[in-house]
Amino acid sequence: MRERAPVVIIGTGLSGYSLAREFRKLDKETPLLMITADDGHSYSKPMLSTGFTKGKLADELVQSDAGAMAEQLGIQVRTYTTVTALDTDRHEIAIGDERLRYSKLVLAWGADVIRLNLEGEGLEHVYSINDLMDYRAFRQALEGRRRVAIMGAGLIGCEFANDLVNGGYEVDMIAPCTTALPGLLPDAAGDAIVQGLRDIGVRFHFETAVSRVDREGDGVRLVLDNGETVDADLVISAVGLRPRTELAKAAGLTVQKGIVVNRALETSAPDVYALGDCAEVDGYVLLYVLPLMASSRALAKTLAGTRTEVSYGTMPVVIKTPCCPTAVCPPPLSAQGQWEIEGEGLDIRALFRDSSSQVIGFALTGKYALEKQQLSKEVPPLHS
Amino acid sequence: MKKWQCVVCGWIYDEEKGWPEDGIAPGTAWDDVPDDWVCPDCGVGKEDFEMIEIG
Repeated sequence: MRERAPVVIIGTGLSGYSLAREFRKLDKETPLLMITADDGHSYSKPMLSTGFTKGKLADELVQSDAGAMAEQLGIQVRTYTTVTALDTDRHEIAIGDERLRYSKLVLAWGADVIRLNLEGEGLEHVYSINDLMDYRAFRQALEGRRRVAIMGAGLIGCEFANDLVNGGYEVDMIAPCTTALPGLLPDAAGDAIVQGLRDIGVRFHFETAVSRVDREGDGVRLVLDNGETVDADLVISAVGLRPRTELAKAAGLTVQKGIVVNRALETSAPDVYALGDCAEVDGYVLLYVLPLMASSRALAKTLAGTRTEVSYGTMPVVIKTPCCPTAVCPPPLSAQGQWEIEGEGLDIRALFRDSSSQVIGFALTGKYALEKQQLSKEVPPLHS
Repeated sequence: MKKWQCVVCGWIYDEEKGWPEDGIAPGTAWDDVPDDWVCPDCGVGKEDFEMIEIG
């Protein structure tokens, strides 16, 4: 008799492990195999940008190693294993020459960092941080150093800037935009974060970009498009993330910005699902914790036999910049309306109202950040 | 008095201390924390907390 093929989850990040945990609450029997290209440690991703503020080393952010997760959840975890192809017709995945059958397959392999095309001999001093192993390497390189330059003024860049200052480092930020978090926040709220970061000593270089990274002593000299130079010991590249889609695309799955799934997290191939940072759920690519927790709960039910659609609620995003606490709930895609902004300096309350004056999004900084929960109750859920 | 930890970010709710910032008085048992309360650090709901050993 042939053994029952397992449910296979590719990826052991927050999405993969959350799904495994939720699935095991409903089904303790079905074999579950998780495959990861890295060490499989379970750790708190949102905390990578708060290590100094909370006084934690990279390894102190680890909650459990792969072995402990396997034991705790009654699953199998294969670490340092890279899936090389999907064959959805045969219900198989390839790991090099090895073929492995699945009953159901979940793609939870996350996003890739976007890398700029830079010139110069100092590129080995440029770090991108999107997982614990990246963070560990960065923290090691940081030992005994003092100055960090950050490319990009988005959520990750701003959070790291604040955290590094809290750790005693000097920080320069370089970005082509005119204020912080331009994609996520109205300008007034972005300006508040910039002011908060300036107040604690961060130097901003807006409306320009790094063109070269040259070696200079033990560190680097960045040459900017506007002719300025910035000297630093290390560089963080935080210019964005892109859902990882290559294998899915090669296997013929429908891919747009992310791997396209409906609200039941179903891809275009039978018995193949996607969630988390690699997925485009009902048109939304949301690289945040709340959407993936909601998705993993729904998908766990589906995998356990009850097809369930995810229902996105009101999902505010907290930006961990203690120098200017910020919470934002972006208005839905294609929403019509406008921002109504009050406050000044560090304290901005921006409400996005639709034509009937209903608040459908907000951005709160400084003292107004405390109103997050109250306002979240006023904003209708994304899926009603 | 028990402690509850957010599985996502590790933040700990200590029943003894409550969480006065959100109006939860010291000594409030986990069951009495409002269902719509969310983790102050990462924003997930009560269902993503697990009880931990007092330590």
